[in-house]
Amino acid sequence: MTWTDVYILRNEVLLTLLVLYHLIVDLTEGKDNGRLVNGTLFGFGLVTAVGFYPVETTSLFGQMFLSDPLRNTLKLILNISTFIILLQSASWLRKPENQPKTGAFYMLIFSTLMGMSFMISAGNFLMLYLGLETATLPLTLLAAFDKKLRRSAEAGIKLLMSSAVSSAVLLMGLSLLYGSYGTLYFSEMASLTDAQALSVFGLVLFVAGFGFKLSLVPFHLWTADVYEGSPLPVTMYFSVVSKGAALFTLMLVLYNVFTLYPKSWTLAAYLLSVTTMVVGNLFALRQKNLKRFLAFSSITQAGFMMLGFVNNDNLGMTTVVYFMMIYSLSNLAVFGVLSMVFNATGKENIEDFNGFYLTNPRLSLIMLLALFSLAGIPPVAGFFGKFFLFTAAAAKGLYILVFIAVINATISLYYYLLVVKAMFINKSEAPVATLTSTWQEKLAFTICLVGIAAIGFVSGVYDYIASLI
Amino acid sequence: MNPLLFLILIPVLTVAGIALVKDLKQVRVISAVGMGAQLLFSFYLVYLFYSLRNAGNTDAMLLVSTSTWYEAFNIQYKFGIDGISLSMIVLTSLVTFAGVFASWQVDFLTKEFFISLIILASGVFGFFISLDLFTMFLFYEVAVIPMYLLIGIWGSGPKEYSAMKLTLMLMAGSALLLVGLLGIYFNSSPEGGRLTFDLTEIAKVSIPRDAQLFFFPFTFIGFGVLGALFPFHTWSPDGHASAPTAVSMLHAGVLMKLGGYGAFRVAMYLLPEGAHAMAWIFIILTTISVVYGAFGAIWQKDLKYINAYSSVSHCGLVLFALLMMNETATTGAILQMISHGLMTALFFALIGMIYGRTHTRMIDEMGGLMKVIPFLSVVYVIAGLASLGLPGLSGFVAEMTIFVGSFQNSDTFHRIATIVACSSIVITAVYILRVVGILLLGPIKNEHYNELKDAKWFEKVSTITLVISITAIGMAPFWLSALIREPLGDIIQHLIARL
Repeated sequence: MTWTDVYILRNEVLLTLLVLYHLIVDLTEGKDNGRLVNGTLFGFGLVTAVGFYPVETTSLFGQMFLSDPLRNTLKLILNISTFIILLQSASWLRKPENQPKTGAFYMLIFSTLMGMSFMISAGNFLMLYLGLETATLPLTLLAAFDKKLRRSAEAGIKLLMSSAVSSAVLLMGLSLLYGSYGTLYFSEMASLTDAQALSVFGLVLFVAGFGFKLSLVPFHLWTADVYEGSPLPVTMYFSVVSKGAALFTLMLVLYNVFTLYPKSWTLAAYLLSVTTMVVGNLFALRQKNLKRFLAFSSITQAGFMMLGFVNNDNLGMTTVVYFMMIYSLSNLAVFGVLSMVFNATGKENIEDFNGFYLTNPRLSLIMLLALFSLAGIPPVAGFFGKFFLFTAAAAKGLYILVFIAVINATISLYYYLLVVKAMFINKSEAPVATLTSTWQEKLAFTICLVGIAAIGFVSGVYDYIASLI
Repeated sequence: MNPLLFLILIPVLTVAGIALVKDLKQVRVISAVGMGAQLLFSFYLVYLFYSLRNAGNTDAMLLVSTSTWYEAFNIQYKFGIDGISLSMIVLTSLVTFAGVFASWQVDFLTKEFFISLIILASGVFGFFISLDLFTMFLFYEVAVIPMYLLIGIWGSGPKEYSAMKLTLMLMAGSALLLVGLLGIYFNSSPEGGRLTFDLTEIAKVSIPRDAQLFFFPFTFIGFGVLGALFPFHTWSPDGHASAPTAVSMLHAGVLMKLGGYGAFRVAMYLLPEGAHAMAWIFIILTTISVVYGAFGAIWQKDLKYINAYSSVSHCGLVLFALLMMNETATTGAILQMISHGLMTALFFALIGMIYGRTHTRMIDEMGGLMKVIPFLSVVYVIAGLASLGLPGLSGFVAEMTIFVGSFQNSDTFHRIATIVACSSIVITAVYILRVVGILLLGPIKNEHYNELKDAKWFEKVSTITLVISITAIGMAPFWLSALIREPLGDIIQHLIARL
């Protein structure tokens, strides 16, 4: 192992160091966690910044670990999202009941992030599976982080069970793939030329396994309960980082490994996209609790992401990454406002936001822009993300699918507008009091808003992603 | 820098200015100054347009500027105007200017009101100058979405229901439109060159016939929803009735014209074969719009509903005339858009002013208003006469041209449709005169009305601006029709050549 290897593994190494640091610091740290929180933010900020340094296309451990500019950018997107979540969770961690668990929280977050990083960089299905499990187990602990709350403990168990099932399905798929290909290396599998029915079945099980992680319908049943039960920062992590990692990994595997079977997986993407959008929408329409609401809205958004997968060219890949990036920032902005309100008042229902604009105009505007971005309304970035996804699907001549998708986008606009209506139109006897935000929250909102406002107008972001693929 | 960009820049600066100040008066003044500047600038554009033409520039589009936006999709910021879009721009700035003065008395969240209103207007301006389908679609949605907040927050009656209905129906329309636009995009280069969203480039190629037939209904209905095409018009009466005054003005006056303009410029112009093949379906639907809207207006008792249904009728007439696909009828359609834009804005402004005084919009609860608020009443009569097509006012010029044009199509189907649509003139006269009779003439029904004050200065500014425009078009329509006719020749040629 040389220094060059360490540089290639920089993200994983730095995250491991952060994990180790928090294991130790938990033993020594006193009662007040202010220094720990700010120190971690600073440290992780540096780790994120390191991701901006370019890397070259190379591999380690005999093709087990791949590194290239695209994978680096994908990790960077996850790191930035995690950074925003850590910023937004600072005031939650400062609460007396969470102070003793701060080190544990950070340790778990960083170990799951490290697992995801390995997942994205995997060059072999075993590596991918190892990364996946490293990412999943800490996630179940995080879901049960408020262990004294019944619903949080329930969320942890639910996630554990469904992850176990999905892992089993995934492993079954991998074993079929190994049986038909005789190898688990991506590069060797991609270079094979004879298609086999057995490996198509393996592919189906693989997609189903990832369907759980991405909460695609019909593999979504754990989502709403886990999102609702987990503490808010963990819910954010699920809906953005965990989902993003699963999406990116699935994308890399489908586009790079299963080059022989584009028809099979584009068809799967087509069907999953339609069911996910429709079912996610129908359930989101009825939600009163904002966390459950966002759970179903994120299911619907995953359906839109599948829209990019029906296009098996570079265009599909680019639009998926681009959309995920915008979705992350928009969703985090919504969650940020929700978590501020929840920390101050313990309220998380849509009707609790009645009259929110009169007391908190700035937060309401942030929420408005973020919701518009999720709904795909111009001039914010979500419009561009959705438009390009639709373009990717239309490029394959699937206008019926595009039509179903745009109709679903309109339906989703209805429930996003319900939140807007609560904030701006509904009157309330006792609105949420005026909230003041900490510097961490301000910084988080600034990153989100700059992203939401600029990513669409500045075509450079899209062109950059396209240049990587 | 392309002068057209000022059309977007001025509203953006105005919004920024409003956002910076706190005081109510300053908010109003900045809005009025900003939109006044916009109005003057649009007059300057007319001057610029003519001076370029006189200098011998014969391009179809003037003041064109292009810069690449999304290279990967060949999306461009491409702006330019011809006579039709120029006249739409002037209409928009007139109505917006009048709208600002009509909302002088908004006192709840004033700042936010004017910001949303002007964002809406800037979406409309952006739409009319865009020559790139993507940019056009973007501005279209920018214009539609502030409507939700404008109706939901400052509206009256079942405002939340109406706002949601309007927004969702229009967005569903834009969903159809999106499919149509993507279809046009992916067929924009049948010989295998670069795909493009550029309107003028797409017009040069011939899109395969089956693609035209498939995508024409998507595009036409997509725009048609905004143009109150039957049976997709149901958002219009509820939306207009619940909206605050200035929003009804802008929406009926300008936003609905986006529908007609887009249906013509995008759906028919780019998909001429589809248009020819399916025109008959839409002629039937628009004929129903025209007659049904007029009958609907007769039944209503609420002033705003009356006017909203009459808008359905008049906007139906616009689409009807466009589908006749000859130069005279199309000129009439554009004239009707402008004429209807002005007079319906005037109507809604007056209704808002009357409502502000009497606190009711039910016609049978009012009476004899002519005696107490003569200025507003006289203006109401002028608007009514314009609406029923009295010579000398804008409505006559527009409707006359439309019916003369559509009668030029010599086959039975078009003739029958024309005759049926013509009957709307009579029905219009019925409901206009009925309202004038009940509302303005006769004895004063309510003693409390004796104390009503006539128009204040800002109300006069608002109404007089519109009255002058209506009369000017009625007296001297040739300025306007010359402006409109100039590009129409080419477009109609294009439509007919692809038969």
